[in-house]
Amino acid sequence: MPQVVENVACTQCGCVCDDLRVTVEAGRIVEAQRACEMAAEWYRALGSRNPPLAAIAGQDASFDAALERAAAILAASDAPLIYGLSRSSTDGQRAAVALADKIGATIDTTASLCHAPSIMAFQDTGESTSSLGEPRNRADLVIFWGCDPAISHPRHFERYSIDPTGEFLPGGRRDRTVVVVDRAPTASSARADIFLQVEPDRDFEALWALRRLIDGELPDPAAPTGISRHALQDLAERMKGCRSGVVFFGLGLSRSGLGHLNVAALLLLVRDLHEYTRFYARRLRVYGDVTGADSVLCWQTGYPFSVNLGRGYPRFNPGEFSANEMLARGEVDACLLVGSETVEQFSPEAQAHLATIPTIVLDYPEVVTGFVPTIRITTAVYGVHRRGTAYRMDEIPIPLKGFLASAFPSDDEVLASLMRRCNYT
Amino acid sequence: MSQLKISGGTVYDPKNGVDGVIRDIWIENGRVVAAPTDANQKAHRVLDATGLVVMPGGVDMHCHIAGPKVNTARKMMPETKRLAEKVHRTPLTRSGTMGSVPSTFATGYKYAGMGYTTAFDAAIPPLAARHVHEEFGDTPIIDKGFFVLVGNNHYVLQQIRDNEPEKLKGFIGWLLNAAKGYAAKIVNPGGVEIWKSGGGDAAGLDSPVDHFGVTPRQIVTGVAQAAMDLGLPHPVHIHCNNLGLPGNWQTTLATMQALEGRRAHLTHIQFHSYGGNPDDQSTFCSEVPRLAEYFNTHPNLTTDVGQVLFGETTSMTGDGPLGYFLHQVYGRKWFSSDTEMEAGCGVVPITYKDKSRVHALQWAIGLEWYLLVDDPWRVAMSTDHPNGGSFLAYPEIIALLMDRTRREEVLKRVHPKVKDGCTLVDLKREYTLNEIAIITRAAPARMLGLDRKGHLGIGADADVTIYTPSPDIQRMFELPRYVIHHGELVVEQGDIRKTFEGKLLHVAPSYDESLVGDIQTWFEKYYSIQFANYPVDESYLHEHEVVATRR
Repeated sequence: MPQVVENVACTQCGCVCDDLRVTVEAGRIVEAQRACEMAAEWYRALGSRNPPLAAIAGQDASFDAALERAAAILAASDAPLIYGLSRSSTDGQRAAVALADKIGATIDTTASLCHAPSIMAFQDTGESTSSLGEPRNRADLVIFWGCDPAISHPRHFERYSIDPTGEFLPGGRRDRTVVVVDRAPTASSARADIFLQVEPDRDFEALWALRRLIDGELPDPAAPTGISRHALQDLAERMKGCRSGVVFFGLGLSRSGLGHLNVAALLLLVRDLHEYTRFYARRLRVYGDVTGADSVLCWQTGYPFSVNLGRGYPRFNPGEFSANEMLARGEVDACLLVGSETVEQFSPEAQAHLATIPTIVLDYPEVVTGFVPTIRITTAVYGVHRRGTAYRMDEIPIPLKGFLASAFPSDDEVLASLMRRCNYT
Repeated sequence: MSQLKISGGTVYDPKNGVDGVIRDIWIENGRVVAAPTDANQKAHRVLDATGLVVMPGGVDMHCHIAGPKVNTARKMMPETKRLAEKVHRTPLTRSGTMGSVPSTFATGYKYAGMGYTTAFDAAIPPLAARHVHEEFGDTPIIDKGFFVLVGNNHYVLQQIRDNEPEKLKGFIGWLLNAAKGYAAKIVNPGGVEIWKSGGGDAAGLDSPVDHFGVTPRQIVTGVAQAAMDLGLPHPVHIHCNNLGLPGNWQTTLATMQALEGRRAHLTHIQFHSYGGNPDDQSTFCSEVPRLAEYFNTHPNLTTDVGQVLFGETTSMTGDGPLGYFLHQVYGRKWFSSDTEMEAGCGVVPITYKDKSRVHALQWAIGLEWYLLVDDPWRVAMSTDHPNGGSFLAYPEIIALLMDRTRREEVLKRVHPKVKDGCTLVDLKREYTLNEIAIITRAAPARMLGLDRKGHLGIGADADVTIYTPSPDIQRMFELPRYVIHHGELVVEQGDIRKTFEGKLLHVAPSYDESLVGDIQTWFEKYYSIQFANYPVDESYLHEHEVVATRR
């Protein structure tokens, strides 16, 4: 008998759309209405692989033996690293921080490979932002800078930014002006009213030119942007003149050049605009619960990522305590990965070091771990097999349902069992 | 059943008329119980409190300790933590960070360590309620709850515009159930919506709100009435319009008058008691005497102070335009976040300087409130943590209230013109221990409608703080000898002895369920999440207690 589950939230990207209608039959998802292409593929794949619960060096092992070995690895480690957490949920993230606290590990999230520069910029300048429903209801000027949500966040336009009618935008799309700024045309720019092509790595200059124009000054002629002064002037006027504006920005800004300065320039521009109107900045988060990982780390330790607990209390220093950099410098002697999907984004040096140290990987059944870890434990999927919470890119907490049975434990159960075996203080 | 006897302490239990009397307190199953009739019966455990001062556990009725703006403040200001006290992991406790916005575990330990066993977060957008419950799960030991922002909620504004008091009442009832919140809070009513819809603020109680055609006055009276009609244990909790602006005392007075006898709590009133011209900082002065005169003769009103202390802290507020105002005044980094249909938010670091005339007056104005309210049962201690200062400053405030020479010493070192702008120098009143017990536990518990908190009568929650008397009053209140919560010894001389999660306190008022269809229709037009995914289910609550409504 097929069974229908309503209001299911998807964690494939930071949009966390929670309106899916999922049909399950014989322990598999057979249909997911309102799912985007990305989500549909993910749901289709679920249940297609049946990896062992636990493996040691690539060989099937008992759960107990794997945990015992994992605990021994951590016990022998002087400088353990716990990393990942963006495909997890609050309970898994809590358990990971608790373990890090107990064993004095460094703990970092996938944010350190994505929007860490954006968070550092926010720590410098502050930020004017909002929940995604505010632009949906109010923003008559919508700007996308260094991002291509048509590909990366397929339902963003439909749900939050371009298409919906809103409380003060009864005409929907026709009440909005949509601008894309990027280094090349994209699927998103094809949906825009205005596309401004910025010279690669000249985002900072373009943002600074806009700040000057809004201030009534002329842009610095010695700082080319690839965008005509007329077009920049036009955008500056639109920004000042809109009733409510929003700029969504992505890794094209935060991961190119001096990312934190690019983002800081954007956040300052948005701040300046408050002399004329209301404006929001919103980073487009990539993974479903990377925002939750920031949040849990932050409420438990005071810091959102790159936290070291080696001295018995939390210390924060991006770079010094960032996973990729610590691995690349060979400063880690054991690594626990809660979700391994971003390992391939590590630098070659970091990946090379990872191959030389004991590794414990917790992955979802369908994830093919890109290397053979010392220990691999397969975990149940939050939002499918387990209830949980995902923090949407705007930090709104969305409940996740567990509607399919799984023989696998959740990552928080694994981490709690592991912690019980780490009996040293 | 295991019994604990706190033996021979000097008890201050103002609710039960006990003012410094030596007596035993018997505890069983987490409650205060009657002494056994058989005088020879022995307790399983005896805590010798001879020579010590025994009070109910402290109750903080207005602080900011969890949720999106608190966590954003933690995230935004790593620099404030590096030099702050370090909270080390121990076999029993988790590590954490301090600064003006401590991490969750540290928050729980520090409240308990100071003898406070209950605290309420004062400003939560209901859309973020789930986040608060998750942070509360990691805020150990203390019992806690939160107030739900309604004063700029679009459905609320629409019902007030349409003169639909039943629908307004039904909505607030539904919302408190959905969020698992404790009370209805209004923050800069209408002003936040004006700010969100293009910038600006409400100039006064009769400024029309863009798009909605209502005024702050209507919001104040409408929500106050709805909270009373729902029988909520705590009445409407009001953060008035024009916070922080010179001359705002008139708005505050007008708000009190507008209530026309309805029950209401005016929060962090220090920030709303300023005279002078908004365009001229040099005219800034206290108007506490005039406000206190009105307040003293209107028993429908209660207040907490929002005391300012000198030093580095963080302003965090649901008052979006206020955050922008403070950013413009101080030029420091500014965070703002608007929550669809519901609320605004501002976070700005701030340093209160004793050499600043305005800051020193703010400090004095807070103290004037404590000293000019005749009935201590109507004024609760608060710093509006962390806005005026940390909750960890409560012992310092207690010392200032109990010792007027200490106040005079501060007055000697602050900006010299402070004396001209307020009456503090003339106020000779000194609080007694019994009055301190009122404003730090008995009164806030009563204002919140928590019948089993803030006292040590039979049936009360066994939340007890035991102090070592000392001529150094601040030291006495900073470092309790013992703290007992839920009948368990949780703190001994600053060391945590036992940790648990603490209890969520929330309300579940009944409401007209036939109104839900209308709410759902509105909701589905505008929100970015599904209606069915909005209410917080019980899986988020862990240990919790529904505090009954009043009929």
